[in-house]
Amino acid sequence: MEKDFSQLDEILEMYRGKPGILIPLLQDVQNLLGYLPKDAMRYIAQKMNIPAADIFGVATFYSMFKLKPQGKHIIRICKGTACHVSDADGIKEALIDALQLPEGEDTTQDMHFTLMEVACLGCCSLAPVIMIDDTTYGKLVPESIPPILERYAFEEKQ
Amino acid sequence: MSIVVKVGLASCGVAAGAAEVYVTLLKYQQGGADIELKKTACIGMCFEEPIVELSGGSLGKISLGKVDSANISNWVDAYRKGEMPETNVILADEHPACRNTLINEQTRIVLRNCGVIDPTSIADYEASGGYTALRKALSMKPEDIVEEVKSSGLRGRGGAGFSTGLKWSFAARAQGKKKYVVCNADEGDPGAFMDRSTLEGDPHNVIEGMIIGAYAMGADEGYIYCRAEYPMAIHHLKVAIDAAEKKGFLGNNILGSEFSFTLHIKEGAGAFVCGEETALMQSIEGKRGMPTIRPPYPADSGLWGCPTNINNVETWANITWIINNGADAFRKIGTDKSPGTKVFALAGKIAGSGLIEVPMGIEVRDIIYKVGGGMKTDKPFKAVQMGGPSGGCIPASLLDTIVDYDSINATGAIMGSGGMVVMDEGTCMVDVARFFLNFTQNESCGKCTFCRIGTRRMLEILTRITEGKGEMEDIQRLDDLASNIIKGSLCGLGQTAPNPVLTTLRYFRDEYIAHITDKRCPAGACTSLLRYEVIPEKCIGCTACARKCPVSCISGAVKQVHQIDQEQCIKCGACYSACKFNAIRKG
Repeated sequence: MEKDFSQLDEILEMYRGKPGILIPLLQDVQNLLGYLPKDAMRYIAQKMNIPAADIFGVATFYSMFKLKPQGKHIIRICKGTACHVSDADGIKEALIDALQLPEGEDTTQDMHFTLMEVACLGCCSLAPVIMIDDTTYGKLVPESIPPILERYAFEEKQ
Repeated sequence: MSIVVKVGLASCGVAAGAAEVYVTLLKYQQGGADIELKKTACIGMCFEEPIVELSGGSLGKISLGKVDSANISNWVDAYRKGEMPETNVILADEHPACRNTLINEQTRIVLRNCGVIDPTSIADYEASGGYTALRKALSMKPEDIVEEVKSSGLRGRGGAGFSTGLKWSFAARAQGKKKYVVCNADEGDPGAFMDRSTLEGDPHNVIEGMIIGAYAMGADEGYIYCRAEYPMAIHHLKVAIDAAEKKGFLGNNILGSEFSFTLHIKEGAGAFVCGEETALMQSIEGKRGMPTIRPPYPADSGLWGCPTNINNVETWANITWIINNGADAFRKIGTDKSPGTKVFALAGKIAGSGLIEVPMGIEVRDIIYKVGGGMKTDKPFKAVQMGGPSGGCIPASLLDTIVDYDSINATGAIMGSGGMVVMDEGTCMVDVARFFLNFTQNESCGKCTFCRIGTRRMLEILTRITEGKGEMEDIQRLDDLASNIIKGSLCGLGQTAPNPVLTTLRYFRDEYIAHITDKRCPAGACTSLLRYEVIPEKCIGCTACARKCPVSCISGAVKQVHQIDQEQCIKCGACYSACKFNAIRKG
């Protein structure tokens, strides 16, 4: 049996009949569910009378849309030019080590962290930079990573 | 007397700790200190953040850099007594200070309010002359405004450098009941943050420019398409639009005239190609952001088929100044073919990384050594990358190139939107080319075969060169692929994607050859080509390296010279960082 997505109806009604709504609509749905499950996209297609292929096309085109569940904290690692020439790769390795991410995975098993690369966070003077949720950490060296991550692990236990 | 304390709270300042400084000052004020506490955005000197400006005392206006929340109140007290703080003074109006020249070498039109006013206060903006250009424009005929922008010689600051006035005249002439104006704030170039700083620091200036443009072209609706990765810019825009609506600068019958205009913000969802104007419009319409064939140009058939004008943030930010001061005054700045100023984001291996605005016609050398304060470390300058993934590298031999669209294009680089990443001898140019190709092949929307597959093939070739597996024929293959991708791609992304490879091949061919024939990376940056060796004269046999080596490939007894087994070495660099005697050579 299909899952019940009637919790999305309120969002869908807000957008019904307006032009150019697909991207903000999907953003709202993702904010509510944490990601875009396939069945939710089918549900939206049916309810809004938009071809499912269009919805899936948009969801896979933009890097903001996630098709898999995400960790509680999102770590964005900047791969901009300034960060690249300031050893962003070393920072990435330190993060993968500290999070013990298996090859090819971006989310920790306990769903606590998701690691993703972004093109540029626009804080080039602080390179190399990472952003955890809404907080930016700059001028990093690989050794800075474990204590930063510990703050987030520590908060949880309190 | 009340001392005015202004804290720079733009993204870069906050990332450097400005929020804590602000909270400390707030507590200090609540504790009874007689200060007037104000917020502002980015003055551009990101490398000195957090920055606090003090004024109202006998010393005049001074700015402190790298401020620490622990001793900020002591500095304010000293300033109140007329004592110049001994350290950390970076700018002073009436006294010498270390960074005064950095500001004095600049000409600020677009950034004139950035780091000066509180961007969330419409009163601050109006007090510094805001919305006077709109009043003046509404008293002019729309066609006269288009003419004024045309004769100012302003060229699109998004990169291509097309005449803004001409672009406006196309949209103004186009037939249609409904027209749109759009602000392209989808700043995607890695290493560029001009638009972010402009929108965070002076959102009203961009909004006012758009209202004037809409009036001139006969549009009644507008969109600002901004990257979602810039939450503060979006927040400041929202606050500014609300305030402008309340004041009657936006909405129906603006300032009592017949003219009405509404403005929306669209958040980008993360796709570099959406910086291309036709793709951007597809994205606003809620579709995949894939470019379409031009013609029809947006001026004839843009958003939902209506005539549409799209300009970049910085282009819009020039409009109010031009209307207020006139086209002739604008033409007095810069060069004949490229009047005005250009904002650049300086980053990489430069001492003064941050945001600058310089008159066109300035030499690249002056930007780096005067405005940018020179190199960050002792390593010599190697190249400056301009224009991001669409641009190229300008080598040391061409540092006397002047900044205008045509001179920069002649080097093979492009003006671009304004990213300038400075590289030193420790940067490998093949690796830089590979970095940009990795970016463009990731961001190619996939519509054109040459862009989709060609960039991938180029990336594969560059990757194997950096791994020491390249062959001499690869250079010809890169050349062939580059010219075919340029010819076979629909939009700017593909047409310019090979530029980083072409310019590095042109100016740094030796480096490619060193990687291919000598299996050596002259800059010592490509990991697979690295060799770590013990320098026997310097090694004292402390065993620190051997203990750190994760694969135990360093042999040697205590107080004896150690040796690295090259067969087993995984080039992790642990020994290099562990050695306190500089006895390990990397290269």
